[in-house]
Amino acid sequence: MADGQNCIDIVELITEYIEGTMPAEDRERFEAHLRGCRGCIIYLAQMRETIALTGRLTEESIAPEARAALLMAFRDWKRAG
Amino acid sequence: MSDERDGGASGDDLRVVAALRDGDEAAFTALVDMHGASMLRVAATWVRDRAVAEEVVQEAWVGLLGSLARFEGRASLKTWLFRILLNCARARARKERRSIAFSSLDGADEHGPTVDPARFRPAGEPSAFHWSSAPALWPQTPEERALAKETRACIRQAVAELPAAQRQVITLRDIVGMRADEVCNALEITDTNQRVLLHRARAKVRRALEVYFGGSG
Ligand SMILES: [Zn+2]
Repeated sequence: MADGQNCIDIVELITEYIEGTMPAEDRERFEAHLRGCRGCIIYLAQMRETIALTGRLTEESIAPEARAALLMAFRDWKRAG
Repeated sequence: MSDERDGGASGDDLRVVAALRDGDEAAFTALVDMHGASMLRVAATWVRDRAVAEEVVQEAWVGLLGSLARFEGRASLKTWLFRILLNCARARARKERRSIAFSSLDGADEHGPTVDPARFRPAGEPSAFHWSSAPALWPQTPEERALAKETRACIRQAVAELPAAQRQVITLRDIVGMRADEVCNALEITDTNQRVLLHRARAKVRRALEVYFGGSG
């Protein structure tokens, strides 16, 4: 990771950084770069926001027909039990 | 998935399981509303056909009900549910023989930069390989961005266009909220592979948002 201080390399390490799987020494170098680089700070923030926004897809619900079919299955199970 | 690190079932989980055993319909539909959409999304990453994916989800719920008596609370209810779902999805994918080939399909997309190299200053110039110009800030506030329907549509579309393995990983990690080790286990991939797939997937979704928000590049 000799070139770890270039933005072009930093952007490829962001997931490792966010995941917390980066060795301590690399992490320090990564954070040192961030302190001086607006572009990478913005990129990191946007990756974090992307994760948060993707997580909000769970708020969607299933189709009413599918929900009704599952409720039927539940009633069948109850009767059988 | 290691039950030891899952933290196990919460008090809520145990109450829900007891209610289900008692045949409480409200408890069941609440659980369906909570996880149904994510389950369908996961199933759809294993089988191409929407109707088949719905069947897989139904199978998983029936599987959950059938195994309630064996639920000991060593894993959370959600982990238990998605474990059953993944087993159903895998079995169905195998049977359909149209299973979305996992690594073979995606090999071509596991290398190379995730950000267009043209965004960085070229070699030989001062500050080579640093941003030519910083990524544009996104419009509105984070809260406004999160609430916009179009934002979700954009992400849904971007995820749908990902290669299968990347789609499976980002769905399980960022939509369902499973831990890395659970995903490695479920998909039978290494830590490193999981992280590479996740990285590439997230970078593409971020890029889609950037384009949607009218960012540069
Ligand atoms: Zn930088």
